[in-house]
Amino acid sequence: MNTLQLCLAFSSVLFAVGLAGALARSNAILVLLGLELMLNAANLNFIAFWRFSPAPSAATGVIFVLFSISIAAAEAAVGLALVIAIYRRKRSIRLPDATHLKG
Amino acid sequence: MNAALAIIALVTVGSAAAAMLGRNLLRSILMLAVSWAGAAAFYLWAGAQFVAFAQVLVYLGAISMVALFAVLLTRQSRDEPAAAPAARRRGVLAVAAAAAVAAVLLWAVKKTPLPVAWRPVPSTTVRELGAQLMGRHGAALLVVGVLLTIALIGGVVLASDRAYEKPEDKP
Amino acid sequence: MSAPLIAEPLLERAPLIARDWLTHALPEPLRWIANSLITIVVLLTVFGLLFAFLTLAERKVLGRVQNRPGPNRTGWAGLLQPFADGIKMLTKEDIVPRTADRVLHFLAPVAILGFSFLTFAVIPYGRHLVPVELDAGILYFFAAGSATELSIFMAGWSSHNKYALVAAMRALAQLISYELPLLLSAVPVVLAAGTLSASGIVEAQAGYKWGLVPHWHVLTPWGAASFAVFFISALSESNRSPFDLPEAESELIAGHLTEYSGFKYALFFMAEYFGMCALCGMAVTLFLGGWQAPLPALEFIPSYAWFSAKLLALLLVFIWVRATLPRLRMDQLTRFAWKFLVPLALVNLGASAFWSLTFAWTGPMQAVRWAVSLALAVGPFLLLGLRLGSGIGKRTYRCA
Repeated sequence: MNTLQLCLAFSSVLFAVGLAGALARSNAILVLLGLELMLNAANLNFIAFWRFSPAPSAATGVIFVLFSISIAAAEAAVGLALVIAIYRRKRSIRLPDATHLKG
Repeated sequence: MNAALAIIALVTVGSAAAAMLGRNLLRSILMLAVSWAGAAAFYLWAGAQFVAFAQVLVYLGAISMVALFAVLLTRQSRDEPAAAPAARRRGVLAVAAAAAVAAVLLWAVKKTPLPVAWRPVPSTTVRELGAQLMGRHGAALLVVGVLLTIALIGGVVLASDRAYEKPEDKP
Repeated sequence: MSAPLIAEPLLERAPLIARDWLTHALPEPLRWIANSLITIVVLLTVFGLLFAFLTLAERKVLGRVQNRPGPNRTGWAGLLQPFADGIKMLTKEDIVPRTADRVLHFLAPVAILGFSFLTFAVIPYGRHLVPVELDAGILYFFAAGSATELSIFMAGWSSHNKYALVAAMRALAQLISYELPLLLSAVPVVLAAGTLSASGIVEAQAGYKWGLVPHWHVLTPWGAASFAVFFISALSESNRSPFDLPEAESELIAGHLTEYSGFKYALFFMAEYFGMCALCGMAVTLFLGGWQAPLPALEFIPSYAWFSAKLLALLLVFIWVRATLPRLRMDQLTRFAWKFLVPLALVNLGASAFWSLTFAWTGPMQAVRWAVSLALAVGPFLLLGLRLGSGIGKRTYRCA
């Protein structure tokens, strides 16, 4: 396992942790934060490849991660605003309670 | 080199696991903040300074604030109630699914011949980043700007609730 | 820290000569560690003493403004007062509520002091006195500053006191509201200087126009407006009057610090004063030319002396503002940030871009350039100010 493979293994494990959290927890906020962890793991991947592979354009990895961070921030803000709006209607943010649209 | 990477990886994954497994929601978010700081440390180790500072500024300084506010504005009781049997079964299935995904990814990483080019740390100065952002990726930058504006307006509209405004609150 | 030229005056090179004398005998990796440790110790000592005497200066200046002498009993003219306060803080009982979250309660002052102190690393204190030379120094400064907000939340929540929690949320709302004008008012400077590195920005303000007037950013229309916005946002980011709602005694006791006593309380205040000094240092770097002298004839005075003089002047203006202006209410505070400072800072960014694009205009076009820039700086200020201030009734003064 060379260093690049170690970095990729690290980000894969982080991705799996985020995935487990997003699937297992019933609190909407923790599901959103699991999503954030998965996005972070992908960013780690980009930077690992930027650092260790001969890249045609030197800054592409960094720019991708910058865009990814800003989009993750926007998504977290909107997601948490949605959670607050749902709380106002139903007084609960537990996902199993959000069954209004269930057929 | 690898020792520093191992420490950073342990701290990041450990605190992320503690965050996802924890019962107390606020402690989870603070553990997640530690995990994000660990990711910033990884970026510094890899030599991407600009990204590391952006990560600290955005994740630790902003997203954690938003998450904390959301938690504090939606509290009912102190801790999550103990998991019902259905929830526990779902939890076990989720962990199994995540472990399967991790296994597939790790197997793919191990099997692929990935050459490591130990060139000196790529010196991507801020000036080059700026030139590329404004030049090659100018259109994408504008689109992200519009996206962030829409997200800002949307967040404000979603979180505000006209029906709850009382007339005596108006200045 | 780079190697100084031999041609520079002795006073200028003195700190580096002293540091090299202390560490020249060490082998290479140890020497770098020793240099860094010396830098950290010097920064802690200098800014710790500055914090101590700043508390005294504040009380004296506030006292004089309010027609009273201020502390004058401990030591000669009250000069030992900060040390007396330090002894008092150290010997007070450290009370932690029984149901408080002990780990977080302990970590909050440590974290806030750590992050506040980290912001000192990129400020150029003198010609060769930058602790860490970073390519993205300004971004690092703001990142470390914004990480202190987490510890305010930790303090408020770990106290297990609902008033402390509400006060922590209010403090957080204030801090994130004013972070935006702070960052937006630093962006025109980065645009004009073309670099995010702090020493690069200081060097971009070098030189004198007509041999007399320095090229400092504050002496341009957009720079003056940016400096005003940065100063006001710095007042708010360090929880100083008139934005000191989080720590005012008439509001929720001590806000998020209600359950802190003794040395932890002193650490929070040390972190606040460190933040104040760091923000003033950054204002000096961005707008007032850093360590550069205002006139070519005065360049014999060492660069760190100029930096200290400008820093102390800004800190005294902070104290003066505290003595003069009344406190803003929470909704006035947030309205001021979002509806006044942010649009002003955005328009100022446009003004700075216009200034940079028209640098080649000479002669009568220079007058046009100045006129347009002044209009872009002053016009929105008047418009927004009039709009925000409308709807408030006529001011009636009643003397008691």
